[in-house]
Amino acid sequence: MSASPRKTDIGPPHYEQFLPPVVKKNYGQWKYHEILKPGVMVHVAASGDKLFTVRAASPRLLSIVTIRMFADLADRFSGGFLRFTSRNNVEFLLSDPANIDPLIAALKKEGFPVGGIGPSISNCVHTQGWVHCHSAASDASGVVKAVMDDLYPHFANMDMPGKLRIAFACCLNMCGAVHCSDIAILGIHRKAPKIKHSDLPKMCEIPSLVSSCPTGAVRPATVEGVQSVEIIEEQCMYCGNCFTVCPAMKIANAENDGLSIWVGGKVSNARTEPKFSKLAIPFLPNNPPRWPEVVGAVRTIVDAYAANARKFERMGEWIERIGWPSFFRLTDIPFSKYHIDDFKHAGETFRRSIHMRQV
Amino acid sequence: MSEERKKRETPLLDELESGPWPSFVKEIKKSDTPMADDLLGVLERSYEEHIGHWKHGGLVGVMGYGGGVIGRYSDVPQDFPEVAEFHTMRINQPAAWFYTSDALRKITDIWERHGSGLTNMHGSTGDIVLLGCKTEALEPTFAELTSLGFDLGGSGSDMRTPSCCIGQARCEWACYDTMGACYDFTQTYQDELHRPAFPYKYKLKFAGCPNDCVASVARSDMSFIGVWRDDIKVDAEQVKAYAASGKLDIQQDVCDRCPTRCMRWDGASLAIDNANCVKCMHCINAMPKALAPGDDRGAAILIGAKAPIVGGALLGSVLVPFIKMEPPYEEIKELLSRIWDLWAEYGKNRERVGEFIQRLGLGNFLEQIGLEPVPEMITAPRANPYVFYQDTVEEEA
Repeated sequence: MSASPRKTDIGPPHYEQFLPPVVKKNYGQWKYHEILKPGVMVHVAASGDKLFTVRAASPRLLSIVTIRMFADLADRFSGGFLRFTSRNNVEFLLSDPANIDPLIAALKKEGFPVGGIGPSISNCVHTQGWVHCHSAASDASGVVKAVMDDLYPHFANMDMPGKLRIAFACCLNMCGAVHCSDIAILGIHRKAPKIKHSDLPKMCEIPSLVSSCPTGAVRPATVEGVQSVEIIEEQCMYCGNCFTVCPAMKIANAENDGLSIWVGGKVSNARTEPKFSKLAIPFLPNNPPRWPEVVGAVRTIVDAYAANARKFERMGEWIERIGWPSFFRLTDIPFSKYHIDDFKHAGETFRRSIHMRQV
Repeated sequence: MSEERKKRETPLLDELESGPWPSFVKEIKKSDTPMADDLLGVLERSYEEHIGHWKHGGLVGVMGYGGGVIGRYSDVPQDFPEVAEFHTMRINQPAAWFYTSDALRKITDIWERHGSGLTNMHGSTGDIVLLGCKTEALEPTFAELTSLGFDLGGSGSDMRTPSCCIGQARCEWACYDTMGACYDFTQTYQDELHRPAFPYKYKLKFAGCPNDCVASVARSDMSFIGVWRDDIKVDAEQVKAYAASGKLDIQQDVCDRCPTRCMRWDGASLAIDNANCVKCMHCINAMPKALAPGDDRGAAILIGAKAPIVGGALLGSVLVPFIKMEPPYEEIKELLSRIWDLWAEYGKNRERVGEFIQRLGLGNFLEQIGLEPVPEMITAPRANPYVFYQDTVEEEA
């Protein structure tokens, strides 16, 4: 290998080499699709050709052992062709419908359930959490595993009024961009970083540390004769950027970190416009390994939605129809001052009419 | 090998091996490498202490690139030496995440030789994430990946790895070739992807229709959402078949859910006032065998979506209401370079383009990039009279 010149800037491989023959032949010529059963759909081309898709959940964090197992299943059942979805599912692309049930059985045997299509709860989009992130306020994989163990029947069956999308991000940076999900679970820090003045001058460059703060809350200061920094606590919104550039600014705080729950966002334009998720629960504790408070809260919201929403209605559409006061009453979630926006444009969410359901 | 290593006790994590949902703990254990052992160990400590144990790490990467590798160090390296350095490599995924079994096996073989054996399929922006390796492994891994035809994705203040929905490969609703466009833009901007030179990150996402399966409206600085201009195509017989099936109430489930109420159903036929259709997709989603997007297809371009940090979350807003999406996409690339030039010169450090537009004013931004304002860009004209007039008549001296 040392003989060949170093390659750079080649970009990703061209996708065409990874497409099944039926896809290449019918590219751009698909006519319609049908959901055959949970996790299985067929796309029919103008030519009459059919492509069968079997979708299975994955934990996103995959060992190479499992990826090879998926590759083996693809060889056995789908001509070696497979793909992943934007929500971390794996999809096998079959030409022969006779392979559907044996593939589902093989996936089940390996512990990978099939579902997540149509009016169901699909896989969670999520971030790294304590597995790999320096600014995480919680673990991502663990919370998602606990929540989805509980909600699993809604992944495996199409028993929801409409699509329900859950996402998890382990801090406000939101690598998982959870801010437009039906239910978002968001890790939160609630305390400004603790400065270790003894380490700071040795480990960190003060000018780059000061400029790393998006709100200007970090200022140079001499502390006990040492060149260090100070934090204006009221200006900190816990993004962890200072910790990114300076390990002496630890943001994580075992007693105060936790999770918040947000509801009613969507990205699709179907029926109503895309919308942000809004705050439902400001704080729940980190309680590993199974985070019962979070699992219980998500379950309460899912149950209220399932019992009350109309066919096709997304979480946010249902809440807008019944009104936020009804949402808080139906779910028995306490309303607090934290629910009222006090950032930019806060007044836009104040009610300025008498359009209220009096109870 | 594995018998010789002393396995760490992880009673808390072990509880996450049970249950119907696939277990990431099982995945880490399956990997069965010294790095995976220590990862499990440090994660168990986080579960005990309710706190993470990672530090972001300075400048690590491959020669000549400024992005694509996320440096990560343990803050307890003495206890978990195998993950003292635990860097992530972002590998630019094939469009719409299609693979052959052969390609996947070759990637796993490379990662077995050089890294932890753990991955994310895929990271939030779309890359294949190779999770955890030592600094010395970066160049050899990169060399083997490029020999296989793969390259690094983006990180830091660069163009991030573009991503797209499945588009015309499988979906009848795709209003343009999302995979073709995604591949084309990715290849055109390799330098912008690999060498951070922007005020902050810039994400591109390609969605084939207004259902937006790649969440482009929420997650990309520039979002291409497929849409059509002519009439919805109707197969009248199939509409009747849906009505007769008993699974769908055409009036209640379709017409009454239309945001502009532009559909009428008389029990036998469906009439659509297409001039008032806002292409929301609901009726087409509800009856995929009967209805389809029209033939005059292209995309709307939205700009400025982002997550909360720094100035609050934003959804994308309309920049171009409709444009034909045809290679080589010259008009769009010219528009993109005008935007990048302006933002690179006047954007503040860590200011996403959406925040930059809010600071500058959309009207001023449009003027600077040479785009005419149109009412499709807003939901309503301004209600405040604080207009800063620029075209007033100067009195002669």
